[in-house]
Amino acid sequence: MSAVHADLHYTKTHEWVKVHGDGTATVGITDHAQEALGDIVFVEPPDLGRQVDVGDGCAVVESVKAASDIYAPLAGEVVAVNTALADTPELINESAYGDGWIFTLRIADAGAVDGLLDAAGYQAVLDAEA
Amino acid sequence: MGLRTPLFAEHERLNARIVPFGGWDMPLHYGSQLEEHHAVRRHAGIFDVSHMQPVDITGSGAGAFLRRLLANDVVKLKDPGKALYSCMLNDQGGVVDDLICYFRGPERYRLVVNAGTADKDLDWMQAHAAGFDVHIDRRRDLAMIAIQGPQARALAAPLLPADCRDAALAIAPFFAADGARWFVGRTGYTGEDGFEVILPADEAPGLWQGLIAAGIQPCGLGARDTLRLEAGMNLYGQDMDETVGPLESGLGWTIAWEPLERQFIGREALVALRDNPARRDFVGLLLTGRGVLRGHQQVLSEGRVVGEITSGGFAPTLERSIALARVAPGLGATCAVDIRGKAVPVRVVKTTFVRHGKPAQAL
Repeated sequence: MSAVHADLHYTKTHEWVKVHGDGTATVGITDHAQEALGDIVFVEPPDLGRQVDVGDGCAVVESVKAASDIYAPLAGEVVAVNTALADTPELINESAYGDGWIFTLRIADAGAVDGLLDAAGYQAVLDAEA
Repeated sequence: MGLRTPLFAEHERLNARIVPFGGWDMPLHYGSQLEEHHAVRRHAGIFDVSHMQPVDITGSGAGAFLRRLLANDVVKLKDPGKALYSCMLNDQGGVVDDLICYFRGPERYRLVVNAGTADKDLDWMQAHAAGFDVHIDRRRDLAMIAIQGPQARALAAPLLPADCRDAALAIAPFFAADGARWFVGRTGYTGEDGFEVILPADEAPGLWQGLIAAGIQPCGLGARDTLRLEAGMNLYGQDMDETVGPLESGLGWTIAWEPLERQFIGREALVALRDNPARRDFVGLLLTGRGVLRGHQQVLSEGRVVGEITSGGFAPTLERSIALARVAPGLGATCAVDIRGKAVPVRVVKTTFVRHGKPAQAL
């Protein structure tokens, strides 16, 4: 059973979003996603400073099985990437919602957060896939 | 739902992630593919390979039939139990399947063919059996468990029947010990020592449980693929198929050209290709840049596409990405691979990356 955290927002494509009070948001992949991908061996983060639109493929997570695109859940500018993933990509398996975060965005439109799924909405997506 | 092996309930009990493969529902992993991979390199792992199909070939024409059917020559098999790896070719020199052929005694052979190709293989064999006194017996009653790793033989031996236990420990690599009910080959698909045990389906769960109780790691198809890739072993349908033959997939060593008068299926096509200067090479690639090599990525040299990766992935033993690739002849020591639009540098190396737990070449 994969964990879903109540304080996060989600996308149908299995990214999580933690909205901070300062207009930024951190993005990673959900516990369900890391479990489905299997052991993660490489992460290609977005370039710092890149402007992304909602739905842009902006990072790639590669597991022993396959490569998977990570889509920007919100529009904005990439202001931080998790450099620890370069040497320890398995952090995503070990701590999908914590040390395995992938990048942080400065959100272009704070209202867009309302378009994301809440925990219940994401749980419904998982239930529908099961 | 796909076909299920006699060990399916064991996989469910171990919480395996089940995936479709060659018409079968098979375990991909039991939690961590990387841990399973390392267990085989460092200790021992077991694989349910019951989806693979044993086929017994008997009759006074069995040897002659196989000398026609296979590109390698069963005449090399003089000692009972000796095994031979071969391609079964079509008339165009493409590969119908690759298989292991065990010699069990005069005019008695056992083939093991791939799961996804078994129906086609049996049709092909029957279609070419005319004129030979041969009986082709598809053994649906048997299961198969591979036990692989440096400790595999020692841990498995106590679980073998008395009639083949000592023999199984005594045989050289690429031989089999033939018991009354169990057949134990010192073969595998990982680059490690070990056994492949073919046994009656109803006895397979007991052996599996005994091996688990002996502390051996169950391993899925995921680890099987990374292990065979590190060992530089081909996967049918990926590295070669009906359109690409052994000369262009690193399997030239399995063709028995001598004696010249042996007319095996596909021989004429192979002879024509053998001396063709445009014949493609089959090479190993080691990623020196960042990323993961994958099947179907294009190989680039001086900005031009010169070939394609047939199998690629992350090599857990090397902690690098490696690949097998089919490329134009004359490729230099370095080139590049197109990974999502970027030309990432690779080194061209031998196809065997790992043997017996260690790098098989300077990488």
